[in-house]
Amino acid sequence: MAETLIRVERLAKEYRMGSNIVMALRGVSLTIARGEFVAVMGPSGSGKSTFMNLLGCLDHPSEGAYWLDDEEVSRLSGDALAITRNRKLGFVFQHFNLLARTTALDNVSLPLLYSEVPASERKQLAAHRLQQVGLAERMDHHPSQLSGGQQQRVAIARALVNNPKLVLADEPTGALDSRTSIEIMALLQQLNREGITIVVVTHEHDVADFAGRIITFRDGQVMEDKTNVANDAAAMLT
Amino acid sequence: MNFLATLRVALLALRVNKMRSALTMLGIIIGVAAVIIMIAVGNGAQARVEDQIRSLGSNIIMVLSGSTMAGGARGGSGSQPTIFEDDAYALNREVEEIQAAAPTLRGTGQVIAGNANWSTSFYGTTPEYLDVREWAITEGRNFEAAEMNGAGKVALIGLTVAKNLFGDQSPVDQVIRVRKVPLVVIGVLDRKGQSMTGQDQVDIILMPISTARKRVLGAAQAKNRSVTTIMVKVRDGADMATADARMRELLRQRHRLQQGQDDDFFVRNLSEILQAQEASSKVMALLLAAVASVSLLVGGIGIMNIMLVSVTERTREIGLRMAVGARSRDILTQFLVEATTLSLIGGAIGILLGVSGAMLIADLASWRTELSASSIVLAAGFAGVVGIFFGYYPARKASRLLPIEALRYE
Repeated sequence: MAETLIRVERLAKEYRMGSNIVMALRGVSLTIARGEFVAVMGPSGSGKSTFMNLLGCLDHPSEGAYWLDDEEVSRLSGDALAITRNRKLGFVFQHFNLLARTTALDNVSLPLLYSEVPASERKQLAAHRLQQVGLAERMDHHPSQLSGGQQQRVAIARALVNNPKLVLADEPTGALDSRTSIEIMALLQQLNREGITIVVVTHEHDVADFAGRIITFRDGQVMEDKTNVANDAAAMLT
Repeated sequence: MNFLATLRVALLALRVNKMRSALTMLGIIIGVAAVIIMIAVGNGAQARVEDQIRSLGSNIIMVLSGSTMAGGARGGSGSQPTIFEDDAYALNREVEEIQAAAPTLRGTGQVIAGNANWSTSFYGTTPEYLDVREWAITEGRNFEAAEMNGAGKVALIGLTVAKNLFGDQSPVDQVIRVRKVPLVVIGVLDRKGQSMTGQDQVDIILMPISTARKRVLGAAQAKNRSVTTIMVKVRDGADMATADARMRELLRQRHRLQQGQDDDFFVRNLSEILQAQEASSKVMALLLAAVASVSLLVGGIGIMNIMLVSVTERTREIGLRMAVGARSRDILTQFLVEATTLSLIGGAIGILLGVSGAMLIADLASWRTELSASSIVLAAGFAGVVGIFFGYYPARKASRLLPIEALRYE
């Protein structure tokens, strides 16, 4: 077994909805190794989104512990979590979340603004990542001038620019047509082969089938955790 | 994230929303421009009022005779002759702040020229009188030394007197009779408007003080060298209060008054008018400040309003920035810098508009305007403060957003 990147123990999260307390997550324990490609599945309300928010250091757990890269991040304050997100995590969202009227290059540089990377190196790093996702020609384009697939590639470049330990993708193909979805999954698989750990949240089996491991949530608990013989997205494109 | 980077992020965000930024700035632009123009117009008006008051003789001091005390009843001023011609000469010589001092002996009487006659007041005085009153001679000349010493039978007459006695004819070298004493008219005094008491200042005859004493007023005055008043003009730029104090000191010394004894003369000047004018300009300044702060306040509320809208509109952007590593204080500074930058740029444009507007008003409406550096600095400073003050609440609201909620905001 390879080195552990993520370890969660009895992770729980409850929300207060008026007078009701909703248990979104009821004690989840699991580990994810470095270099894994994991798909998180489950119907809505299953707790998979809550789990993603906790993995992404966007929220504090109500109970339990979370170690990311040998650091117990469940005990960190808000500002420390922000720094952790900046240094160790990359996010890909369903709706891309690119800044409008801002060039692809500036969009990709965004996380570096909040890091200690000197200004002189930012453009260079961002340009390198855009090249990696195949958008070297589109660096000065605004999101409105790019197709959905291209916008998601910009978002992936942005997730990669700070050299993260983990890329979290929340329904990365949710807003794309099927062929573009496969292209995006091919890109993620390629990045995974290059050594980046990836966790994808999805409710589509087709998308989950590109992962090497599928974790299924139901009612705030892990219902199934199985390895998967991943489809090769790149091969499907030819 | 350092400040320079924050500034760049803020500028980028402002550039991305050019139209909204411009509209937001409008309030501040108008506010600052209004402040500068109002202060310029106000200062100009004040300067004009000051000039007018100066033209009336704000730097003139009058010394009057003291009053008598007879059986507990005090007479009015001038009821006892206590000031003398020599007091005027001494003031001229010894008080540095005094530009000129002229003794005057006042009388009234019927004036006859040919078959015309006119009742008016006449003053026996010295050539300095015209200097003190800043009065010009339109025709003829001032008194000469020989006429002063020898009680020369000469007179200067005001325009009203000239009109009534001579009509359109030139009065120079004509003879007038003042209380039956024939005097040759040597000059006509310029028009000078009315005095503050409504008295026509050109209805007047001037003659050498020796002539008035010895020839016109007669025996009662001939005995001593007392005078009715001494008119004193204080040098430009000299302090009225100092001049006043030094005059009193000199007169008390000359009149041999002991410490604690009352002055035996009265000193009058136009300081009451100056005080009134000062008070009114204070009210004016207060009014301007009130209007200015209202317009800047409205501009500030405009900024707050737009920034709040902007925070709501950019909730997902804020969520994204937080997700990629922005701490709350990074978000707070970004929005604060945006607001401040807006108001400072608005302030700069407002200053430009205000300055050129003030010049345009001076040019087109030919109002006098006076730009002051302090008003510009004040307006710019205020614009910055408004930006920070009204930008803080929206910025804090942005920084307190929770990243997951902000990211999901639709």
